[in-house]
Amino acid sequence: MLKILKKFSMRVWRGIFSRRRDFKIGFYGPPNAGKTSLANRICKDWTGEEMGTVSNVPHETRRVQIKEEVNIKYKGKELQFKMIDTPGIATKIDYENFLKFGLKKGTAKKRAREATQGIIEAIQWLDDVDAVIVVLDSSQNPYSQVNITIIGNLVARKIPVLIVANKIDLKKSDVKKIERAFPEYEVVGISAKEGKHIDDFYESLYKLTKKI
Amino acid sequence: MMAKKKKMKSLKGLSLQVIPFSEIHNLTIAQRVKKILNLILGNRIVILHGRLRPEEEARLIEDTMAMVDHVKGFTGIELAVIEPDLKEQTIFFKFRHGIAKRLVGNNSALTIVGPANVVKEIRRDPKKLELMLS
Repeated sequence: MLKILKKFSMRVWRGIFSRRRDFKIGFYGPPNAGKTSLANRICKDWTGEEMGTVSNVPHETRRVQIKEEVNIKYKGKELQFKMIDTPGIATKIDYENFLKFGLKKGTAKKRAREATQGIIEAIQWLDDVDAVIVVLDSSQNPYSQVNITIIGNLVARKIPVLIVANKIDLKKSDVKKIERAFPEYEVVGISAKEGKHIDDFYESLYKLTKKI
Repeated sequence: MMAKKKKMKSLKGLSLQVIPFSEIHNLTIAQRVKKILNLILGNRIVILHGRLRPEEEARLIEDTMAMVDHVKGFTGIELAVIEPDLKEQTIFFKFRHGIAKRLVGNNSALTIVGPANVVKEIRRDPKKLELMLS
């Protein structure tokens, strides 16, 4: 009973006097799920400029990218946070896969080397984020070990999670499959590219920050 | 005779190594990951009795990426975990399973790790696991 009262008074105290404005929200997920597309969409909506380049070639984002201050004012609510867009996490990198996209051998090898460094950097950032948006491609099988490892690490670190089922504009998209795979988490289906259901995403983002 | 030789050649190099949970139980994170990666570098598919903790899985990916950069021809790993489905089990079974997990770790699961140049893909859905070999 004492504990409950203590927690309640702490929340009220924090709510009144120390409104946090320095949340660090990380964007995690496998390569080509649309993390940077979503980060760009948010940045374009609220800061007027994009955050990074996007491409069909996997591992386009190979360094952690940080947007120091994003201010969202939406339906009378206000939210300010630091946005951390991370490289896609994978368990294997083969430069030969990049050759299929028309890259030259030297460029492909360089991209592979940078991608491995990016994955290490992304994992290390897990210790430094307050909440995470896990971006998954809703047209792909969600039961991959990378997805399970990312979410498992967030649970172990008690970091609040929102799952974004991206690419709902694709024919093969199946948001329900992602919901079935991760029933304990809120899943919001969007298309970062086309801006579909982006309002639902902002609503879920507010709810996520309340859990921090 | 030629056909037989050809078949033998295509099967060459597939090696499985089963690690009982007791063998890694007392190892540190770094030692567990090192043990697995050493076997992987020997082109073996590792079947680990038990499951790595989330931070160990993350460390395994980190160390794998560091090795991709430094070991010629090594492109990474394929990793999958199968765990018993507890949804259909009785409360007593879940309770017993929870206590056992706390006491001796999660050794009711199986972790499969293979070198990416041998295991092309591990297809996983809740009920089955398929290893697609190169």
